[in-house]
Amino acid sequence: MSEKVIDIFNKIADKIIENKQYLTKLDSAIGDGDHGINMSRGFSEVKEELNNSDFPNKSNVIKKVAMTLISNVGGASGPLYGTAFLKASQVIKEDVTLENAVEIGEAVVEGIKMRGKAELGDKTMLDTIIPAVNSLKESYEADLDLNEALEKCLEAAEEGKESTIPLVAKKGRASYLGERSKGHKDPGATSSYMIIKVIINELI
Amino acid sequence: MVGILIVSHSKDVAQGAKKLASEMTQEEVPIEAVGGTKDNRLGTDSNLIYEALTRLSKTDGVIVLADMGSSVMNTELAFEFFTEEEQEKFEIANAPLVEGAINAALQSSFGKNVAEILATLDPIELSQKRA
Repeated sequence: MSEKVIDIFNKIADKIIENKQYLTKLDSAIGDGDHGINMSRGFSEVKEELNNSDFPNKSNVIKKVAMTLISNVGGASGPLYGTAFLKASQVIKEDVTLENAVEIGEAVVEGIKMRGKAELGDKTMLDTIIPAVNSLKESYEADLDLNEALEKCLEAAEEGKESTIPLVAKKGRASYLGERSKGHKDPGATSSYMIIKVIINELI
Repeated sequence: MVGILIVSHSKDVAQGAKKLASEMTQEEVPIEAVGGTKDNRLGTDSNLIYEALTRLSKTDGVIVLADMGSSVMNTELAFEFFTEEEQEKFEIANAPLVEGAINAALQSSFGKNVAEILATLDPIELSQKRA
């Protein structure tokens, strides 16, 4: 079971590395311009680690991803994504179910909020992730099947990412810009969307 | 004696602040400075912060002066590598990095405890900058 997760994280890493310049460009507009560099540094190391070790289960793979990001990213996205994946590793089950997807989503949101002290609407990665998780919850309550729920989740994540454009940043380096942070897409919300998109495309 | 940990995105800033603080206390206060990543980029690394906290483990508590964003997050993450009892010895100060480090080091050299030092740091008055 761990091969599929390793494969997904390799694809996430490729996506992030491929978009290094784009994420850096977004971050240069409202931040310190290092998001693409930091994330691709972290995920290059993730690829290295995943392809050079053996893992008994999914949880161990995701925990390794978390620790590698924490140790190698450098910016705030390191402890934030690191904590998110660490929380995910603690609740993920071997079988993919919508119920477990909701549990993982809730644990991820809780972890990021705890680490970054941000809320919905602060122009951060949570503006992508919270709507995505809420969508999963609604689908679970409406008894939708997994694929349908994942499709809706991806749409919610994309809308969430786009919703950051008019927002004034409340967290991170962009918050120093105040009103001037309006009109720009948040780089963290964008990298979160990329990660969610790869995971969902691989599961559907 | 209370130890001081300076955490900045920049190694130069962290070491510069340490130099300024040490100058005031004739190096009797244990001060650690952590900045940048292990591959010398701007940023912070919770492992390096953890190692610095470990080096300060024999002190009567540690006050951390951090600059912003990941400095604070990675410091909080580094705290979590310790037991809850050990974590009680650590505090992040709500103070500007350079002035906070100098002031905290000085207060520590007077034999003040963590709570007493934090009370003098929060907030730093502009009058102290003019002094």
